[in-house]
Amino acid sequence: MTAQPKDIATYNFAYLDEQTKRMIRRAILKGIAIPGYQVPFASREMPMPYGWGTGGVQVTASIIGPGDVLKVIDQGADDTTNAVSIRAFFKKVANVAVTTDTASATIIQTRHRIPEHPLTAGQVLVYQVPIPEPLRFLEPRETETRKMHALEEYGLMHVKLYEDIAKHGRIATTYAYPVKVEGRYVMDPSPTPKFDNPKMHRSPALQLFGAGREKRIYAVPPFTEVVSLDFEDHPFEVQTFDQPCALCAAENVYLDEVILDDHGGHMFVCSDTDHCEKRRNAPTSPLWGGRAEGAGGGLDQSTPHSTPTPALRADPPHKGEGKEKQ
Amino acid sequence: MDIAAQSIEGGFVDPVFDAQTVFRTVMDAMARPGSVQPLPAFARPPAPLSATAGAIALALCDNDTPLWLDPALQASTAIKSWLGFHTGVPLANTPADAHFALIATPAEMMALDGFSQGTQDYPDRSTTLILQVGDLVSGSPLLLEGPGIETSATIAPAQMPRHFVEQWKQNIKRFPRGVDIILATADGIACLPRTTRIKTMEA
Repeated sequence: MTAQPKDIATYNFAYLDEQTKRMIRRAILKGIAIPGYQVPFASREMPMPYGWGTGGVQVTASIIGPGDVLKVIDQGADDTTNAVSIRAFFKKVANVAVTTDTASATIIQTRHRIPEHPLTAGQVLVYQVPIPEPLRFLEPRETETRKMHALEEYGLMHVKLYEDIAKHGRIATTYAYPVKVEGRYVMDPSPTPKFDNPKMHRSPALQLFGAGREKRIYAVPPFTEVVSLDFEDHPFEVQTFDQPCALCAAENVYLDEVILDDHGGHMFVCSDTDHCEKRRNAPTSPLWGGRAEGAGGGLDQSTPHSTPTPALRADPPHKGEGKEKQ
Repeated sequence: MDIAAQSIEGGFVDPVFDAQTVFRTVMDAMARPGSVQPLPAFARPPAPLSATAGAIALALCDNDTPLWLDPALQASTAIKSWLGFHTGVPLANTPADAHFALIATPAEMMALDGFSQGTQDYPDRSTTLILQVGDLVSGSPLLLEGPGIETSATIAPAQMPRHFVEQWKQNIKRFPRGVDIILATADGIACLPRTTRIKTMEA
């Protein structure tokens, strides 16, 4: 092993060689021109295992320049292993500025969430995709699914949603909820919660999807119709939460359950850590106050959203803390 | 300058970052059809290949992408050796084999359906056309709608192919097959991906 490189010139800029970048760039352009269509590309081995976002990393590496500001989120959080290591990777191989602030990022690489803060024109959202083919679990043969896309034959997907209704009385798919892009291709929005599907519809930001192991790139240009599949009598609905975020009291955001101890204590907090921290730090936030104090600590059991727990803490735990020590 | 010198001079000064800048400009233009993205001259190819079209070719073409040149460019040995030296791109024998096509005189170009349209299974296997146009304001205005455009956009490229609006309507009917177009002026680019619908402006 050689010594730790001091200079990014040890690698080509952004790790990938130029021919690989050109090949990925051509695939991205085709993907943008045919929204929702999965463009095959010659995915490379990356210095991280499949499943850690090799597709997203290759897309980001091919579009990123020295002037970009990169944000990486993993299930909405900036501070989890995947997000931290990918951010460190690009800091090292491309020497770019990184941020956790959604609004100031030019490229946001995401694993399975769309930030709560509205995206703007000029931002690029790069998704890490495990299984790009929405029909894969219904039809395992690539030759067949390709034909189904070619012929716009998506009856099977509606049968699957119908079977949900027959079994559960409602469409039970909650993540990777299939969408139709610009009235033509049925697309897997990557395993984002269906809560985020409406944010894809006519988003001002460009959305790129990279699946490294499956060797596919696809895209949704800005202001493109992205419609979640549903039925007239069972319209598409997003998840709702009966309590606000326990930390910042935000409503109408996607919440994660955080286990606080081994006695059943838990709390629901924003999945988007940047959004949550911004709200807590904003002194003018009208929602920050008494509502959240009962959560996590749970002294006041009359508060409807507090959860019984022996974790008696003056300060509410924040999500990045990880496992609590008592 | 002799041909050997011409073919070696005029490439990207900084291949990595120039290619990235040119690509991002093309990507933004493709994602927002009808928007004009400024692009300064990064390459100095032999005439009549323009600096902008030449830079796009350097950024996107390599030995994997057969390139078709229109007769005006085909006639120039200097251009062929310049492209060959800087990209290693093979020249396509017919437009239907080409991944990219460089068109110096769009007004005289062949029909769009002569280029590779891709297949229904693999619509990405189509030709991307790079058209050198004088400007994007002095031609007949095209009102654009479709993905990437919030409400509508207007460009008026000069020296467009004959019956372009009619040809483009047929191109849209072939969706998901069809060609994509990059319009390159002296200092900027605009794109027409196959999803963009053109509504002719009523005077």
